[in-house]
Amino acid sequence: MSILVLADLHEGQLAGATAHVVAAAKAIGGDIDVLIAGEGVQAAADAAAKLDGVSKVRVADNAVYAHQLAEPMGALLVELAGDYTHVLASASTTGKNVLPRLAALKDVSQLSDVIGVESADTFKRSIYAGNAIATVKSDDVLKVMTVRTTAFDAVGDSGSATVEAVDVVVENTQSSFVKQELAQSDRPELGGAKVVISGGRGMGNGDNFKLLNGIADKLGAAVGASRAAVDAGFVPNDMQVGQTGKIVAPDLYIAVGISGAIQHLAGMKDSKVIVAINKDDEAPIFQVADYGLVGDLFEILPELESKL
Amino acid sequence: MKILVAVKRVIDYNVKIRVKADHSDVDLTNVKMAMNPFCEIAVEEAVRLKEKGVATEVVAVSIGPKAAQEQLRTALALGADRALHIETDERAESLAVAKLLAKVVDAEQPGLVILGKQAIDTDNNQTGQMLAALTNLPQGTFASEVAVDGDKVNVTREIDGGLQTIALTLPAIVTTDLRLNEPRYAKLPDIMKAKKKPMDVKTPADYGVEVASKVSLLKVESPAERKGGIKVASVDELIDKLKNEAKVL
Repeated sequence: MSILVLADLHEGQLAGATAHVVAAAKAIGGDIDVLIAGEGVQAAADAAAKLDGVSKVRVADNAVYAHQLAEPMGALLVELAGDYTHVLASASTTGKNVLPRLAALKDVSQLSDVIGVESADTFKRSIYAGNAIATVKSDDVLKVMTVRTTAFDAVGDSGSATVEAVDVVVENTQSSFVKQELAQSDRPELGGAKVVISGGRGMGNGDNFKLLNGIADKLGAAVGASRAAVDAGFVPNDMQVGQTGKIVAPDLYIAVGISGAIQHLAGMKDSKVIVAINKDDEAPIFQVADYGLVGDLFEILPELESKL
Repeated sequence: MKILVAVKRVIDYNVKIRVKADHSDVDLTNVKMAMNPFCEIAVEEAVRLKEKGVATEVVAVSIGPKAAQEQLRTALALGADRALHIETDERAESLAVAKLLAKVVDAEQPGLVILGKQAIDTDNNQTGQMLAALTNLPQGTFASEVAVDGDKVNVTREIDGGLQTIALTLPAIVTTDLRLNEPRYAKLPDIMKAKKKPMDVKTPADYGVEVASKVSLLKVESPAERKGGIKVASVDELIDKLKNEAKVL
């Protein structure tokens, strides 16, 4: 077996997600190559070469791959996929955007959001927003799949893979990059944070999220939100944890003023330890919380911040 | 410009799903079905583009069992002009659906195809991208804003960590994210009128497309239930538990 992992980049650097996808590739077994495609990505390639289990890092460094637009990325993968039995990417917005194009052009199915590897052709994946787990077997000659990163522990970085250039250059006249607005934050990224503290409709307004920020700073946590808080306009969409937002599985998840709608639980129920703070002691969030604290969040949060 | 919009019949998003006792699949008997929420957003966007004068005709298409015609009637009530039902009782996966839609694109020659980014049953998030690849058209996935400008469309996409805007040549494929718009409710007179709007019915065989997939569903299970823990009485007790019991602080 030979596996190609499409690396995720974040502002040109290797994103943390890739170490998790390599872990999924190791569970399948066989030679693992990582593809870095972008513009000015040597640093990302060097970082990928250190990931444990990687044999070779293939680098397609060209302006046409900048911003990893779907059309040239799909075309590049089609050129390279012939050497492999499996092509994997994380179930990030990049992986989801690009991989189905490869699958369609190779006339094979894609398995999305894989959360378990049973064998080289049988996998577990989440369906119905995590309310059911499907075991599926693929008889396609090429297995194309996106991997939910929170389901696989990241590999270490003591490897030393070879790095080689890929000279495939494709044309792209159909799509062009206009602009990107990434939320600026000194805090860790929601998807990779060890601690996440999220606020819901109970926060009352966006200004009150400051109460979470103070605690987040003390814990090195990322700040998230429920869909109810996003829909109410308290905070932007990229903070949303849930079925339709980010799926997170940190060591510690603190849900504040969140009732625990199914759609939110789907995004955080795999966290190792869950704390719920809510004034309603009947709130469904307490049914999944390891530690529940019933009370007024406007009193509890300042006390928690001062005592941490 | 003609807009093609694809809709899928799925379990209603308010329904708590049950896995069948034999673990063969999710139990869909006597369960409320509805249009996939992301598809509703796709229909709404197409209708708004028509109301703005950007589009001249909106064609809704669905692939699935006979009952999927209910969702097509909903699309017609929301403002689509005509519908196409490709009837199959087989489990049509993304690739087969994309192949069928590619044939429809070939026949209808739309300027824009709008689809939901994913269906809330299988959560695949594939069909739009596969359709784009098969038709050799550019794609704007997870759209939160769609602005047609002459022979181009600017699509703002919800990506991890923020927003990205790309420009695509037309025709193009767009998949919708939640914040693109808020779908309207169908009014009773429109529901009545929709019954008279034209609906074509075809089969996958009419398009020469094989629906069977090489992926087999071996088993469906409920996820491990997470058990509730304890209630603590104070912030001090919470911190103590997190430090000394859970050891996460």
